[in-house]
Amino acid sequence: MQDDVRCQRTLAKPWVSTRFIFLRFFSFLLFLQILLVVYTFFFFCPIPTLAAENELHGALAMDQQLARIEQLLLAQDVTKPPPHIDLAIWAAIVPNDNTLTAERIALGRKLYFDTRLSKDGTVACATCHDVSRGFTDQRSVSEGIRGQLGQRNAPTTLNALLMQTMFLDGRAPTLEEQAKLPILNPIEMGQASPEDTVKVIADDPEYQQMFQQAYRRVPNYDDLARAIAAFERTLVFLDAPFDRFVAGDATAISVDAQKGWALFNGRGRCMTCHPLNPSNPLGTDNRFHNVGVSARKQNFDELATQALKVLAKEDSVEAIDRMALETQFSELGRFLVSKNQADIGAFKTLQLRNIAITPPYMHDGSMQTLWDVMDHYNRGGEANSFLDGGIEPLALTEEEINQLVALMFTLTDTRFAEANQQQMERQRQVAQERRPFREEALAFRRILPFEQRVTGHENVTTGDQAKKAAAEGEKIVEQEKHDQQQGKNLENRPEGQETK
Amino acid sequence: MARRPSMKSVETKYYEERQQLFDQLRGLDRRSFLKVSAAAMGAALTQGIQFTPHSFQPVQVAYAEEAEAFRFAYISDSHLYDRKVNERFVRSLLRAVDDVNRMDPAPDFVLYGGDLAQLGKPEELDLGAQILQNLKVPVRMMVGEHDWFLDMGEKWRALFGEPTYSFDHKGVHCVVLLSVLEDDFWTVRGMTPMERMQTVAGLDNGIQSRFKVGEEQREWLQKDLASLADNTPLIIFSHSPLYKYYRAWNFWTEDADEVQALLQRFKNVVVVHGHTHQLLTNRIGNIYFHGMLSTAWPWPYAPEGLPELTIQMSRPDPFNPNDGCGDGACRVYTDGLADKVYNLWNRNPVQVTRTYMVSNGKQGLPAMPNLISF
Repeated sequence: MQDDVRCQRTLAKPWVSTRFIFLRFFSFLLFLQILLVVYTFFFFCPIPTLAAENELHGALAMDQQLARIEQLLLAQDVTKPPPHIDLAIWAAIVPNDNTLTAERIALGRKLYFDTRLSKDGTVACATCHDVSRGFTDQRSVSEGIRGQLGQRNAPTTLNALLMQTMFLDGRAPTLEEQAKLPILNPIEMGQASPEDTVKVIADDPEYQQMFQQAYRRVPNYDDLARAIAAFERTLVFLDAPFDRFVAGDATAISVDAQKGWALFNGRGRCMTCHPLNPSNPLGTDNRFHNVGVSARKQNFDELATQALKVLAKEDSVEAIDRMALETQFSELGRFLVSKNQADIGAFKTLQLRNIAITPPYMHDGSMQTLWDVMDHYNRGGEANSFLDGGIEPLALTEEEINQLVALMFTLTDTRFAEANQQQMERQRQVAQERRPFREEALAFRRILPFEQRVTGHENVTTGDQAKKAAAEGEKIVEQEKHDQQQGKNLENRPEGQETK
Repeated sequence: MARRPSMKSVETKYYEERQQLFDQLRGLDRRSFLKVSAAAMGAALTQGIQFTPHSFQPVQVAYAEEAEAFRFAYISDSHLYDRKVNERFVRSLLRAVDDVNRMDPAPDFVLYGGDLAQLGKPEELDLGAQILQNLKVPVRMMVGEHDWFLDMGEKWRALFGEPTYSFDHKGVHCVVLLSVLEDDFWTVRGMTPMERMQTVAGLDNGIQSRFKVGEEQREWLQKDLASLADNTPLIIFSHSPLYKYYRAWNFWTEDADEVQALLQRFKNVVVVHGHTHQLLTNRIGNIYFHGMLSTAWPWPYAPEGLPELTIQMSRPDPFNPNDGCGDGACRVYTDGLADKVYNLWNRNPVQVTRTYMVSNGKQGLPAMPNLISF
C-alpha cells in the first residue's frame, strides 16, 4: 500500500522524471517476466533426470541396492540358524508359520526393494532402510510419498530379528506385524488398505509364482508381511572387531576402545540399559526409557492429557501408528502404547550393533554424531518429571568420551568396515566443529539442572544450548523438506549444509 | 485366594514362585504364549483407560455411598542427601511435587510423611524445605527418625515448628505425632551425634531401642482428644506404623497398644504412616491403617507379620530405580473413612477403598499388580 502511495506521488512530478520512472517500471516488469519463465522452466523441467529416477527420496537406486545385498549376504543354508545365533534362540524367534525357506526369502527380498508397494510407486522398504546407509536412511526423520516427513528416525533393519519389539515405541510385537504398518501409513507408503496393496502385485505372474512357491497361496497381505520378515531375518550382522576382542584377540580393537569398554561397564553406566554380552548380543535391554530427548521440545504433561483423550476414542494399532508418525504426540513415545505414566517420553533402547553407520541418533535424529550422544548422557540427559531414574551426570572427561566413542566404532560388522571408517572421519570432523550438547558444568555437577527449583534463585539457567541445538535439528528437518520440494538429491547436498 | 504362609524367607518364596511360573510356562507352545501375552496386554490397556495418569485420580469412583469431605495428597520418605551426593533422590522429590501440583482437582493440603533428610544434616533439611516450597498447596509436616537424631530435632523445629500438633479440617480432626522417639542408648556408649544418627538409620541392629510415642505425648494426645465426641472423624499421622508389624526393622511402635487404647472410643479412626516404603494396609477394630510410598526407594515386605488386608506390591524391578516408589492421595469421607491412592511411578495406581477396608477385604478388591508378590 505504502509503495502505491509513494508511486502516485512520484507520478505527480514533472514529465522527465515521470518518463524515467515509467522506464524503470517496465524494465522491472520485464525482469519479473524473465524470472517467471526461468522458474517455470525449472519447475516443470525434470532437472535431476537420472538421479530422480534412480535415487528417489535420497535412497540408492533399488537395482544397485539389490546388487549390494548380494555381496553382503553370505551364501548359507537358510533353514539352519545363522552363525552367532544359538539353535534354541533361533527356534524361539522364528514363528512356526514362517520358518525360513529360500523361496520365502527370495519373495521377501523382491518385496523389500519394490517401490510399487507404495501408493505413488516411489517408496520401498529399502527407501528408509537403505542397504548403502546402514539399512537406515541416515536422515533425522524419514521421508515418505510426496516428500512427506514423519516424526521419527528410522531404526536399522540390521539385526532387527533379535529385538523383542518393533518400532521405537514397541508398538509391533514381531517383524511380521511391523512390516504391515508403514505400507498403510498415509505419510510413509500411503496405501489405503491391505487389499489395495495386494492388488498392485496380484496380477504380476512372477509374484503369483513366487507366492505360490513360498506359501502355496495366491498373493495376500499376511504372506506379504511374512515374506518381508523372512528376508529381514537374514540380516544378521554380528561379526565386529569387538567380538574378536571379546573372544580373546587383544589386538582386534585399539587401546582406546579397550579403555572405552572398561568405562562402558563402569563409570559410564552404559551397560545398565545396553547390556552387551553373549545373552544380549545387540546391547539393548529391550525396554523403554525417558532420557530427556523429548523434553527439549514438548510439554509432556499437556500432551499426555490430550493424547489420552484421543486414545480413549480410538486406540487401534493403526491409530497409534498415525499418532506416532504424524502428530506432536510422537514425543510421548511408549506412553502412546502403554498409557502408563512411567512411559511418558520413553523410547526403546536401541541396539549398539553397527551404531556408527546409522546416524543421526535418537528417536528424532536430533544428534548428528556419537560425540553428541555421549555429551547428552554425560550431562545427565535433559531434566524432566519423567526422566529415567538411572540417568545421572557422568563426569566423563573428553579423553574418556573419545574412548567410549572409539568403542562404539568397533561394533560395526566387518562387512561395513569401509562405511565405518568414512563415518568415523565424518563424525569426528563434525564433532570438531560443533558439540551442541556438551555441557561440562552439568556433567561435573558444578551446576545441577534443578538448581533454580532447589535454591529458589532466578537466573540459574542451564540446557539452553542443547535446546537451541534441538531447535536447529528442526531447522535441518525444514531444510530437508525444502530440498525435497526442490527435487534435489540429498547426496548432492554440500557436506557443510547440515552443520550451519 | 489363600494367603501365603508367613514364616518362609523372602528367598524361599521367590524361588518357589519362580518355579511355579516356569512350570506354568512349560506347558505353553509359542502360540499360546503369545495369546497369554496378548491377553495381559489387553488387560493392561483396559486398566489404562480407567485413570488419568497425570492426576492419578481414578475416573470411576466406585462404592462412594458416603459424601466426600476432602482429599489430601501425600509425599513421604525422600531421604535427601546433599544434592551433589545423590541427585536421584532430589529429582524424585521434585517429581512428587510435580505430581501433586498436577492433581486435578487440587488437594486441600499435602502431608509430608517424614524422613525428609537421610542423616538429619542441616543442608539436607534445608534442601528439602526449599523443594517443598515449589508446592502450590499448603504442606503439613511430620518428622521421621532420619530428620531427628543428629541434633534431636533442633534444625527441623527451626524450619517447620513443633513436631506434634493437631488441626481441624472440614469436620475432620487431624493429629500429627512424633512416633519415633527412642530410649537413650547413646550416652552410655559415648556416641557422637552422627554415630547416634547412623545407628538409628540402620536396620537389624540390636543397639537402638524401639520407636515409641512416649508418655508425655500420649498425655498430650489424651487432652487433645478429650473434648471430641465419639463420632468425630479422626485422622492420625505418624511416621512409624502405629502397630507392631516387624520388630527387627523397627516397622513397629513399642507403645502402640497404649496409643490405640486412646483411640478406642471413636467410631472411625484412620492412621496414615510413612517409614515402611510399601503398599501396606491394616485394620484393628475401628482403626484403619494405611502406609505411604517413599519417593526414594521401596522396602521389601518383612519376612513375617504382614497384615492380612495388605494389597501386596510385587517385587520392585531392580533395574528401574523408580519402581515401587511414588506418592499418593487420600480421599476422606464425612464418616472419617478414606480411600487411599498409591500412585506408583512405574505401574498403574492402586486404590484401597473404604469399602474394601470396611468389608475386611471381601468387597471392592483393587486391581492387583500383575506380577507375583514376594
